[in-house]
Amino acid sequence: MPSGAEASRCPLAMKILPVFATLVAAACSEQLFVGDQVLRITASDEEQLTLLRVLGEQAELQVDFWRHPSSPGRPADLRVPFPSLQAVKIFLESNGISYSIMIVDVQELLDEEKKTMMESRRTERSISTFDFASYHTLDEIYDWMDMLVDDHPSLVSKIQIGQSYENRSLYLLKFSTGGSNRPAIWLDTGIHSREWITHATGVWTANKIAEEYGQDPSVTAILDSMDIFFEIVTNPDGFAFTHSSNRMWRKTRSINAGSRCIGVDPNRNWDAGFGGSGSSSNPCSETYHGPYAHSEREVKAIVDFIRGHGSVKSVISIHSYSQMLLFPYGYKTAPAPHHQELNELAKKAVSDLAVVYGTKYTYGSIADTIYVADGTTVDWAYDNGVKYSFTFELRDTGRYGFLLPSTQIIPTATETWPALLDIMVHVLEHPY
Amino acid sequence: MELPPSLSHAGRAAALAAGCVCYRRGSPGRGLALRAVRRARRQDVDGVGHKYHLELVLEDVLDKDSTVNCTAEVLYHLGKKTIAPDVEFTIEGELKNTDEADNAFYNQIKSLEKELVAENIPDSHGNVSPEMEPIHLLAWVASGYVMWQNSTENTKFQLAQIKHVKQVKRSDEYLEFDYMILLHEIVSQEIIPWQMTVLWHPQRGVQVTQDSRQPKHAAE
Repeated sequence: MPSGAEASRCPLAMKILPVFATLVAAACSEQLFVGDQVLRITASDEEQLTLLRVLGEQAELQVDFWRHPSSPGRPADLRVPFPSLQAVKIFLESNGISYSIMIVDVQELLDEEKKTMMESRRTERSISTFDFASYHTLDEIYDWMDMLVDDHPSLVSKIQIGQSYENRSLYLLKFSTGGSNRPAIWLDTGIHSREWITHATGVWTANKIAEEYGQDPSVTAILDSMDIFFEIVTNPDGFAFTHSSNRMWRKTRSINAGSRCIGVDPNRNWDAGFGGSGSSSNPCSETYHGPYAHSEREVKAIVDFIRGHGSVKSVISIHSYSQMLLFPYGYKTAPAPHHQELNELAKKAVSDLAVVYGTKYTYGSIADTIYVADGTTVDWAYDNGVKYSFTFELRDTGRYGFLLPSTQIIPTATETWPALLDIMVHVLEHPY
Repeated sequence: MELPPSLSHAGRAAALAAGCVCYRRGSPGRGLALRAVRRARRQDVDGVGHKYHLELVLEDVLDKDSTVNCTAEVLYHLGKKTIAPDVEFTIEGELKNTDEADNAFYNQIKSLEKELVAENIPDSHGNVSPEMEPIHLLAWVASGYVMWQNSTENTKFQLAQIKHVKQVKRSDEYLEFDYMILLHEIVSQEIIPWQMTVLWHPQRGVQVTQDSRQPKHAAE
């Protein structure tokens, strides 16, 4: 077992102890290291050093240096797979090269490391140690939300607006400096559960808003007159399912009467052009609109909240992928009454986004830019009086698609921030 | 008759053209992706179909600063859904030489004692290990063919993930891989499992010798 699957061996660069866990988590995790040992070897002269290097080059032994032999007297660390142990030790002993056993069983250490990592994830209790550059589970995000509230008690609060189909709480973060029912901006991420970059961007952005109040003039101006409502996990059932079962799940997890197929597309379930050809009437389809508008608890909760609030001035719904900034309509090709203003604002926002890392977005109405789509969030918002309704499609354009590497989380959130700010500032400066 | 195509339609034709170019010019050491659509116009050819004239910028996925300009014509045949669109293209300038990387990969695979097997590339977090990058790219290149053969004016495909790949031992000089991939079709938002058999040799390019669409739950 340990000597097989050469092509899935991890690169020599992985010599650092905590990175052992990455060995387990990466694509080559099928390989086990049971019985493998790490030997600390000290070559006493150049000749022994050369012998060591030659040893490392014997392909059939499959040893790899975690610390390369560099000069006499300096230790080198060598991982030796179990089947090669005897041969390697005989080689070292017969050449008088001194060594000691640093790790008696690599697999045991990996198991221990993995255990520790999992334990530390559970005990993460501070905002300052939350890793914004990783993808997180539902529980981790919900725990983090509580931490954000704890850290900014006079600015941020958590509101429950309902429950999902599987009875998970639907939470909003409310950013407010006071007043009573101030005009508000609505942000949501994660309505489609496989779009992991959106939840990750949402978490970063919520944190950014909290940090920048009192620091950044625009954020301060916005929050001094308006409230921000931010739903980070808009589809928690779907999100949990992407972690537990199917990374590519998009819809809700509601049971469809008379069908073995599960789920409704929450972005086709809104009462705006509901049921048209820009959605599907087949429960097995990814764009199934549902039995009727607002049939999904996740959607109804938002509808009730926004209607009940009565003073939401902007709805910004964040999706991935395609690198686009879109506005109504999706359900018809005729331009929206405010097309020109929305188009100009989108143009400015994507231009400011591009300044950060050169990422290019296209922009326009949903129907023109991506496809005809019926029953979408922003069309409903727009038709219900929310003028500044936008949909973001974040990185990338298809190279990784939904599986965007976590190394791109912070760059994506960072570049999107000025675009979001442009929209929010415009909303502030154009009350209606 | 000529119409300025909408961004959505231009984008679909462009993605199709880019996939085709990638298939014809790609290798495990070189993948090409659509960077931008400079210009697009649509021509309705009576009795034949819709022809898109495109000016594209393509980028090397391994080196984003390396781009080439490309002109392409995509003809979608009207009414005949089973005929793949015609694609013709011209690349301006030279593509980077990838002989060294290609040969290194070729020799590496040839020297494996056991056939390569891998799954979930990228993984849920978007990770692709360095050893798997050429395997990933090869699928990216080969999927260009599958996407081209199955495209219409109302589809836009991307490679979502390699669910499973298995090397098939051959007695000749070619490398053969049996892939199960997931294609993402953007207009319907469907994730479609697709099986494809891919042949490659450094001097002979990439070839999809067999491919078939799989039922939705085939890859789970």
